[in-house]
Amino acid sequence: MSLPFLIFAICAILAVAGAILLIAAKEPIHSALALILVMISLAVLYLLLGAPFIAAVQIIVYAGAIMVLFVFVIMLLNMGVEERTNFSKLAKYAGVPLGVLLLFAIAHFLAHSSAGTAIANGAAGTASSSTRDLSTQLFQQYLFPFEATSILILVAVLGALVLARKE
Amino acid sequence: MEFISQHPVLVASIVKIAVLLFIVMTALAYLTWMERKLIAHIQSRWGPYYVGAHGLLQPLADGLKFLFKEDVTPPVADRLVYTLAPFLALTLGLTAIALIPFGPPSIPFPFLRGQEAFSVADVSIGLLFVFAITSIGVYGVALAGWSSNSKYPLMGGLRSSAQMISYEVSLTMSVVGVVLLAGTFNFNEIISGQQGYYLHFIPRWHVVPQIVGFLCYLTAAIAETNRIPFDLPEAETELVAGFHTEYSSFKFAMFFMAEYANMITVSCLATILFFGGWLSPFPERWAWQLFLPGAGLILLGIYCAYDTLAEMRGIARIQLSVVTLLCLVGGAICLYPPVAAVIQGPFWFTTKILIILFFYIWLRGTLPRFRYDQLMSFGWKLLLPVSLANLVVTAAYFVFGWVKHG
Amino acid sequence: MNLSVVPVSYYLVLSAVLFGLGVIAFVFKRNIITIFMSIELMLNAVNLAFVAFARAHNHLDGLVFVFFVIVVAAAEAAVGLAIVIMLAQNRQSLNVERVNLLKF
Repeated sequence: MSLPFLIFAICAILAVAGAILLIAAKEPIHSALALILVMISLAVLYLLLGAPFIAAVQIIVYAGAIMVLFVFVIMLLNMGVEERTNFSKLAKYAGVPLGVLLLFAIAHFLAHSSAGTAIANGAAGTASSSTRDLSTQLFQQYLFPFEATSILILVAVLGALVLARKE
Repeated sequence: MEFISQHPVLVASIVKIAVLLFIVMTALAYLTWMERKLIAHIQSRWGPYYVGAHGLLQPLADGLKFLFKEDVTPPVADRLVYTLAPFLALTLGLTAIALIPFGPPSIPFPFLRGQEAFSVADVSIGLLFVFAITSIGVYGVALAGWSSNSKYPLMGGLRSSAQMISYEVSLTMSVVGVVLLAGTFNFNEIISGQQGYYLHFIPRWHVVPQIVGFLCYLTAAIAETNRIPFDLPEAETELVAGFHTEYSSFKFAMFFMAEYANMITVSCLATILFFGGWLSPFPERWAWQLFLPGAGLILLGIYCAYDTLAEMRGIARIQLSVVTLLCLVGGAICLYPPVAAVIQGPFWFTTKILIILFFYIWLRGTLPRFRYDQLMSFGWKLLLPVSLANLVVTAAYFVFGWVKHG
Repeated sequence: MNLSVVPVSYYLVLSAVLFGLGVIAFVFKRNIITIFMSIELMLNAVNLAFVAFARAHNHLDGLVFVFFVIVVAAAEAAVGLAIVIMLAQNRQSLNVERVNLLKF
């Protein structure tokens, strides 16, 4: 049992546990905490996969901004425990088995596809060059999508403003 | 022994973490002493005076008192989150310090070759990681406010999360200018990029070209650590004590320690990014600077000796004479040339941090608190545009080739 | 079996499991904010697959994609949560089953 594998195992278990907790929790804020757990363990996995920049962005943007926004809204509304209403029988008896089946199908396919048998190196690569390459890629080959996302963010800001405006 | 030789990185890291934790915890304790003392003198009071000479044992007494207080959990509180919040706050506050290099990487770790002595982890994108850790730091405060299940803490938690999100944007933006100048996220490279002098004696620190960025950073950092004049989350006149109203005993102390740890972190960042980290402000040809730390300690020791003889009575006299002795012996050790060479980097680093921390405390003693709408409009309408403009101007410098990229 | 390196397939299976759990959460949760969070969980699962593929093919395009996904998720969260706040103010509830009218 080597160190990368151990880290992978711990983070994978934490991520799955977080996802299950997200479903099981009644309080929305517990769900949010579970999701933060998932995100942070995924960030560690990104580090393991040699993508430190993406790991940092994952924590800064996802865990540090988006989830803070969620927690903020949950606190602001403070609606209490989620009420369990009767949901359709179809979802209960057909949805869950089908969902699990889908999950296993995807997992099986991925595990046996040609890409899946490739080996991912455990040790992080030369990280600073990776960040530099990523930015070069981003600002040259993907310049147009990058600019498009800036417009998207502008639109999102305007949308949020319009929604939050008092009539 | 075999284990040590097989895993030098692991062993060195654990030793460094233990030492750093000890130093930081002590620094946190004495930062509270320094703050109370300075604020007191600014307001023409004496401050802590009775526990130990000059109140030097006050932090210890405070710690003991916190430990022996009853730990109350409100019955309506969400127990898990209520307990988790202070731990989260303190852990994240301390973790960020692990990434800070306190001295040049060229100085080796004793007994283990190939390890540097003054930073726990030299990460290639250290700056981003510090920001990542500080950005999750909001949760400690927000969750504490929510889980107390009480009115004022909730208000404090809401205010703090809104404030910290808003000011984090400016904080990050104000630093991007430095990243552009340095061309790297690595702390050691950022620092060594600031070597050299303008006109042979003004250090070539980033604060000179990035003065606007530095001012934005300083303001945003104060807001980010919830200090006066931006301490809305714990405004005692409006919100009792804000997010930690319901906390008592050591959990309360943990929030306090987290706040001071965050102060140290942002001061470290300011030092690294704008003031050349462990670089000396004086040119290398001035050889006498090597003996500055030792001389400073000895001067302090002489002052303490005078104070012991002239002012102190009874047990305080014994305590202060111990301090005197420590200062004199420490100063003598620091004058020994090999030690002096090693101690240079950490000495300048700590000096710069202390100056910034002094500025923080000075602000607290001087400025009144902002109103909440003022705080928000200041952050979004002034700070963010200015730091963005700073970024644009810096980028323009590079685009139009006015400076060569290092 | 040499486990000194972790095969990409492990990451992909983990990604699939997380995505499936996200789908289940999406279907079963009743609180609109939690549903929103399960969408984020699915996006995260997809991101993990992207990074794993980027590693397997030694290509940076996957990482660029992740970057864009994160940006889009941020924009989505901003607008979505604004809508949630409006909804909660108008309906006094976050239960999706009480939001079953097209116009109110």
